[in-house]
Amino acid sequence: MKLLKQKTHIDFIGKDRYFLALSVVLVVASITFLAIRGLNFGLDFTGGTLIEVSFPEAANIEQVRDNLQSVELGDAVVQTFGAANDLVVRVPPRSEDESSADISTLVLNALQQGVEGEVVMRRVEFVGPQVGDELTEQGILAVVYALIGIFLYVMVRFQWRFSVGAVVATVHDIVITMGVISLLQVEFDLTVVAAILAVIGYSLNDTIVVFDRIRENFPRMRKSTPPVVVNSSINQTLSRTLMTSGTTLLVLVALFIFGGKIIHAFAFTLIVGVVVGTYSSIYVASTTILRLGVSKFDLMQVEKEGAGAAIDSQP
Amino acid sequence: MNQYPAWKYALIGIILLVGLVYALPNLFGEDPALQVTSARGFAISPELSKVIDDALASEQIGAMDHEQVGNSLLYRFDSTADQIRASDVVKKAVGEQYVVALNLAHATPSWLRKLGGKPMTLGLDLQGGVHFLMQVDMDTARGQQLDRFVDDLRSALRADSIRYVSVRREGNGLVAQLRSSEDRDSALEILRKDQSLQGLDVETVQGGEYFALSATVQERQLLELQQTALKQNITTLRNRVNEIGVAEPVIQQQGADRVVVQLPGVQDTVQAKKIIGATATLEYRAVDEQNDAFTAAQTGRVPPESRLYEDKNGQPVLLKKRLIVSGDQLIGASSGFDQQTGQPQVSVTLDGVGAKRMLDFTRDNVGNRMAVVYIEQKPGGRLTEEVISVAVVREPFGKRFQTTGLDSMAEASQLALLLRAGALAAPMEIVEERTVGPSLGRDNVEQGFKSVVIGFVLVLVFMAFYYRVFGLVANLALFANLFLLVALLSMLGATLTMPGIAGIVLTVGMAVDANVLIFERIREELRNGNTPQASIRAGYEKAFSTIADANITTLIAAFVLFLFGTGPIKGFAVTLSLGIVTSMFTAIMGTRAVVNLIYGGKKRVTKLSI
Repeated sequence: MKLLKQKTHIDFIGKDRYFLALSVVLVVASITFLAIRGLNFGLDFTGGTLIEVSFPEAANIEQVRDNLQSVELGDAVVQTFGAANDLVVRVPPRSEDESSADISTLVLNALQQGVEGEVVMRRVEFVGPQVGDELTEQGILAVVYALIGIFLYVMVRFQWRFSVGAVVATVHDIVITMGVISLLQVEFDLTVVAAILAVIGYSLNDTIVVFDRIRENFPRMRKSTPPVVVNSSINQTLSRTLMTSGTTLLVLVALFIFGGKIIHAFAFTLIVGVVVGTYSSIYVASTTILRLGVSKFDLMQVEKEGAGAAIDSQP
Repeated sequence: MNQYPAWKYALIGIILLVGLVYALPNLFGEDPALQVTSARGFAISPELSKVIDDALASEQIGAMDHEQVGNSLLYRFDSTADQIRASDVVKKAVGEQYVVALNLAHATPSWLRKLGGKPMTLGLDLQGGVHFLMQVDMDTARGQQLDRFVDDLRSALRADSIRYVSVRREGNGLVAQLRSSEDRDSALEILRKDQSLQGLDVETVQGGEYFALSATVQERQLLELQQTALKQNITTLRNRVNEIGVAEPVIQQQGADRVVVQLPGVQDTVQAKKIIGATATLEYRAVDEQNDAFTAAQTGRVPPESRLYEDKNGQPVLLKKRLIVSGDQLIGASSGFDQQTGQPQVSVTLDGVGAKRMLDFTRDNVGNRMAVVYIEQKPGGRLTEEVISVAVVREPFGKRFQTTGLDSMAEASQLALLLRAGALAAPMEIVEERTVGPSLGRDNVEQGFKSVVIGFVLVLVFMAFYYRVFGLVANLALFANLFLLVALLSMLGATLTMPGIAGIVLTVGMAVDANVLIFERIREELRNGNTPQASIRAGYEKAFSTIADANITTLIAAFVLFLFGTGPIKGFAVTLSLGIVTSMFTAIMGTRAVVNLIYGGKKRVTKLSI
């Protein structure tokens, strides 16, 4: 079974203007969404208390709201969580006096009012405001350090133009993924941060595979111009790119559908990231190095050590 | 031509076998168990197991077996019902010296246990429990230490009969004003020599009509102070957790001023929070007999040596700022009733230093009054300080005495528990809490397991269709990868969390990548007209540098995740990194070995099933 015919000769680079335009539109749209709608920050970042409970039967939300009102928790947000008998109550952060212990006890008692059977506590999360600020800082730092590490590694193994290409593609992926999260107002919590960092790793993995092929092809295709070399490299790695993205997506979709609600946002972010990452490794990373004027002379040193075998095996 | 030397096959075989053995314990599940530990951390006496056996036998509860694990006894039971019944029986039989905790013990067979095999621990999100992140209020700790310096300097000056105008806190240090330069020199001498006044940078200050000294606490001393406060808080928390009886709690320092407390399997979270988060302590202070509390409260003019407190009824009480004894000098406390009045009371035992200070004070102050202040830290850094009793000192006392003035027996026993477990050196505040009820934990395990299986099967089917025989070989490698990863995680004693499961799932998805790269290369070589054997060799060789580069960049990202992430993110990063390493092994060496076995021996291979 083969996804693609024996050899593909798609002219990716010739149409790079359109894809550049597409990427620019997507990035600008994402930044606009992030600026206007912002992110739907979860408890991890905003601080506050979240209580998930399970009622013996479908919960009467109006009654629940009244009960909360009566204990001066009228500002709490009540939502069903999946099933009709599961509820999530979110209480905004309090300045002082009431500890998490007090609030969750208060809420649980209030919810039990007028309900026959036991209201079961499923989960309580409380995050103090100072923790949220640190998380934001740590998250941004993590992304920056990951990018620096990758830039350096690619520079050592390839060349600076490739570093720029990899980082541009990665930033492109992060921005668009976050744009989609903002557009759909997916709750942005710690697991989403982890997913975004995993997207960095994944998108890079894809990009590096294409770069590796470009590095190998430059000495082999001495007579060809850089765009031709890059274009055939993309074609040669295309079936691998699609295959790997495909299997990863299979697993992620399984995680999204069957993994439970806790993991929803995580799986969703990764699905978006993998799709965008696949696109960017084909169009963004390679066209960036072309625009930076990559040529066979950039990889002369590598040619001496690594590519010798490749030339020999070529008739 | 495609043959591995025998030692390579052997190596692969051995690694897989070891992996299999260490992954195995995860299949056996857990037995409900009771864990009996000495409350004070002493070794358990040999008779203990006999006492427990007798108690269980008399109630006709059959334990599956028991064993000694470190400093505790572990009893396994057939059912949770037996376990809970046994818990009550055993608690009665062993008395208060031992803590009896409900636990889940691995049902790993003993031969596996002897090899060091153990299953992965389930994280709180999978088995239920409480997670707290507590922050130590270092400002308060620093303030308390400065107050202590001020007190010590004052008493040292008084002991040498040096008259001073004032000694007070200022910024990160203290300022003393004296009347003459001779007095100042003597004070300097004291600051240099006195043991309790070390770690200060002292300098003389000019100006004004007095001769002043300024002492700043050294940066190093401050850091040391923070460390000590944190360490003591951790010890205290550990004692408290032992008092509640939790099996396998985690209490760890995180960062400079935080402590993580994890209590797996705890069901009564409200009670746990009360005990863990409570920052109640007692202070013993002298009543200011020279001045009137009501006048001070009305005029707002409080003498500099004293501070205004309120008692339970809101009445003002004027107490000396100088502390006689505080909660951290307490070594024992038990609740009971006063035999004469029948009121609840707490009997207190002080340590050597505390006892001496108490004796010194009471000897000089017979007939004067002493107050007990109850201090509780509220979230947001606010303190409630309340005078719970004021009593006349009838005779000197030191080591042991009683504190009355408590509202109820319940209050007395809670206070005794907190005092016994030790006071916190500095107040703490819960800055993060995650409680997962047992039902959600079960759901998470189920869903996590299900999604792993489904994702895995989908990939297997896809690979088999797409790459035929080579796909099946890759599938074998995928299996090997999965149990090697589980074995590594179990050996490292890693905790399996929901993000960890996500990491495993993702690893499965990405593990096939190496094989896809290799197989696509082989197909390409075949298309270029190379022989099957040469294509296999070239495919593996050429794909290797690509796989290495691609995986190292992913490792960089995972490493950064690990450095910056906390808790769940760290778990995800660990699984991802280990998965990359194991997948490199299985996808490159493992598949090559199998491919060699299939195609390598034959002289003529005309076609590859790829």
